[in-house]
Amino acid sequence: MSDYPHGLGRANLLELYGALCLTRAAEERLEVLQKQGHMTGGLYRSLGQEAGAVGAAYALRRKSDGTGDVVAPTVRAAGALFLFGAELTDFFRQYMARGTSPTRGREANVHWVNFEKGFVGPVSPLGTMVEVMAGVTLSFRFRDDDRVGMVFYGDGASSTGAWHEGLNFAAVQRCPLVLIVEANQWAFSTPPERTSRVRSFTEKAAGYGIGATSVDGTDVLAVFQAVRRAAALARAGDGVQMVELRYFRRRGHAQHDPQEYVDPAVLAEWESRDPIDLYRARLLFAGWASDEELSDLADEAAERCRVAAEQAIGEPLPPGPEAVEDVYSNVSLPHPWTRAPEPDPRRDHRPERVATLRVDGPSDTGS
Amino acid sequence: MEQTTHDHLLKTKRGEPVTLLEAVSEALFEEMTRDPRVFLMGEDIGVYGGAFKVTRGFLDHFGAGRVIDTPISEGGFTGAAAGAAHMGLRPVVEMQFMDFVSPAYDVITNYIATSRYRGAGALPLVIRGPVGGGNRGGPFHSQNVEMAFFHTPGLKIVYPSTPYDAKGLLKAAIRDDDPVIFEEHKGLYRAPGLRAVLPDEDYTVPLGSARTVREGADLTIVTYGAMVHTSVAAADTLESEDGVSIEIIDLRTLLPLDEDTIVGSVKRTGKLLVVHEDTRTGGIAGEIAMRVSEKAFEWLDGPMLRVTAIDAPVPYSGSLEDYFLPQAEDVVTAARYLAAY
Repeated sequence: MSDYPHGLGRANLLELYGALCLTRAAEERLEVLQKQGHMTGGLYRSLGQEAGAVGAAYALRRKSDGTGDVVAPTVRAAGALFLFGAELTDFFRQYMARGTSPTRGREANVHWVNFEKGFVGPVSPLGTMVEVMAGVTLSFRFRDDDRVGMVFYGDGASSTGAWHEGLNFAAVQRCPLVLIVEANQWAFSTPPERTSRVRSFTEKAAGYGIGATSVDGTDVLAVFQAVRRAAALARAGDGVQMVELRYFRRRGHAQHDPQEYVDPAVLAEWESRDPIDLYRARLLFAGWASDEELSDLADEAAERCRVAAEQAIGEPLPPGPEAVEDVYSNVSLPHPWTRAPEPDPRRDHRPERVATLRVDGPSDTGS
Repeated sequence: MEQTTHDHLLKTKRGEPVTLLEAVSEALFEEMTRDPRVFLMGEDIGVYGGAFKVTRGFLDHFGAGRVIDTPISEGGFTGAAAGAAHMGLRPVVEMQFMDFVSPAYDVITNYIATSRYRGAGALPLVIRGPVGGGNRGGPFHSQNVEMAFFHTPGLKIVYPSTPYDAKGLLKAAIRDDDPVIFEEHKGLYRAPGLRAVLPDEDYTVPLGSARTVREGADLTIVTYGAMVHTSVAAADTLESEDGVSIEIIDLRTLLPLDEDTIVGSVKRTGKLLVVHEDTRTGGIAGEIAMRVSEKAFEWLDGPMLRVTAIDAPVPYSGSLEDYFLPQAEDVVTAARYLAAY
C-alpha cells in the first residue's frame, strides 16, 4: 500500500470519493426528475467535470459559521456546493421551483446563497461573479480576515467585460481570490479556438499580473493539490491566483442540447477518462480503499439523492401572490388591481391585505 | 484652531452655510465616521478628492482601505461593491459622471436589484454621481439617467434639489438596506442661491417621500432636481402676473414614487403639470400621469401636461443646449395654458 498523498488521510480520500459520487448521483437523479416531468427549466450536467469542483472545494477552509472561505460555483460545479454544506434537498427544490426552496421559487438550479456556509450561487449573466467575488474578498482584506474566496467560471465567460473588469480590480487590490477556469472546451456550441487566440487560459493571467497554473481536471487529487497551493498563496497576501482545469464537457450545454457539434470520436475518448473511474482505479491500485467500500459509498450517494428528491417532489410550488413580496426591504408593492375581489384601480391592494391568499399543501407541479 | 485636512467638512458644525456639494460631502463624512462599515469606491476619489472634490480630504482622514481609487471599470467596481455588501459592508460607489453608469447597467439591474428578491440578501449600497445639463458638457457629461433604472424593481432612485435634502437623503440612502441610485445635479452643486445653514444634529430625510415646496390652489406642478427651482421662478411669475396660485411638489425620491402626495395635491387643484429636465419620451411624466389617471381621474379639470427636454442627445453648443432644456418660460407657457383650461 502506498503512502497517502498530499498529506491527506484515508478518511479524506474516501470523503473525496463520496463527494464525487454525490455529485454524479445528484445529477443522475435530476435526469430522472426531468423525465418524470418534475423539473422546471434546464438541466446542466457537470458530467466529466466532477473532480474539478470537488477537488477545488475540498482544498478550501469550509465552515458553517460565516468565518470560512467563500466559493462562487458555476452551475457545473455543484460538487463544490455540496462540500460547502448545501443541502441536497435544497438542490432538488431549486431545480423543481418549489416554494420551500432557499429562493422561495424565485431562482433556478444552483442560483442560491448561504453566507454562513460560505457559498454564493451564480446569476446567469456571465463574468458577474468575478466582480462580485472581487468585492467579497475585498471585504476580507478590509477586515484583515484570513479568508479566501474562490470563483468558478467557464472558458466562455473569460471573454466578457465583467470578467476582465472584475479580475483586474481583484488583482490590483490584491484580493485573496482563487480563479478556477473550467476549461471544458465548450462555451455552449463555441470551442475555445473561436473565443480566444490563447492556447491556455493561463496565458491571460499575464495581462493581470497574477499567478496561474494549469492542471488535469479529471484528476481529483491533482486539482486538490493545485488549488490548495493557490489558496495558500492567496491567503498569504499574494493576491489573485488562477487555476485552469483541463477537461471536457461530456453532455450538452443543457440537457436539451444534443451537442451535435461535438466530434463523437473526441467525446468517446473523454468518456474513457471518467474522473470517478480514474479515482476509483487509483484508490484500488494503491490499496487505499476496497472495492466494497467504494461501491457502498456510491450506493449511499444514490440513495441519499433518491430520498432527498422524493422529499422535494412532495412540496408545493409557491403561491402566486407571493410574487409581489420582498422586492424591497421596507416598501410593499401593490397586487394588480384586476385581481382584487372588487376590481377598482383607485384602490391599492397591498400584500398585508392578501395574506389569506397563501396556499398550503401540495399543489399542481405544472410541468 | 489648528487646520486639519477636513475643516472644510465642518461648516455645519460651525453654523456656516453650505452648498449642495458640501452637503453631500458632509453626509458622506458623517456616515463614514458614524459607521465603520461605510467605505467609498470610485475614480479619482482618493488622492484627487474626486472630479468635483466631493471627497477632498477623505483619503487622509479615513485611509486607503476606505477610500479606494479604482481602475476605469464602472461595471467591475460596482459588482465588487455588491460583493462587499454581501459581506456586511456598506459601499458608496461614485460615478465620476452619472453618464458613465451605463457599463454597470448589467450588474445593477441583473444582480444588485434582484438580490433580495431571489434570496441572496438585500444589498445596502449607494451609487451616486453628478447628473444634469446646462453646463455645455455635451452628450456624455449632462445626462439624467433615472429612467434607465426606473423600471427595474428592487432599486431606489433619489434626486434631491436642496442642500438640506441632499444631506438628509444621502444619509438615509446609506442607512437604507436596499440599493439606491443617488443623483446630484451638477448645476446645483455650487449654486450660490441654494446655500443654506443646515441643522447641526444628525438628521435624515425619508426615502419615498415628496416635499411640498409651495402650496397652491389652481394647479399642481410635480417636479424634481434643478427643475424645482425653474418651477419656483415660473410660479412666481404666474402669481404676480396672472394671479394663478401654483402648488409645487418636489418628488425627491423617484422610485418608489410618492403617489399619495401627488394624488392628494391633484385632488385639491384639479390640474397636473409635470416638469422634468429629462427627455420627453419615457420620462417620468408618463408614469405620473398614469398614476393620476388611475387614482384621481374624476378630480381632473384639464389634461395632464408636461414640460421636458426635447428628445435628443444633450447637445454641446450653448444655443442648442438652451433650446434642448426646459426653460422657466416654457413652464410659464404650459401653466398658463393649463390654468386657463
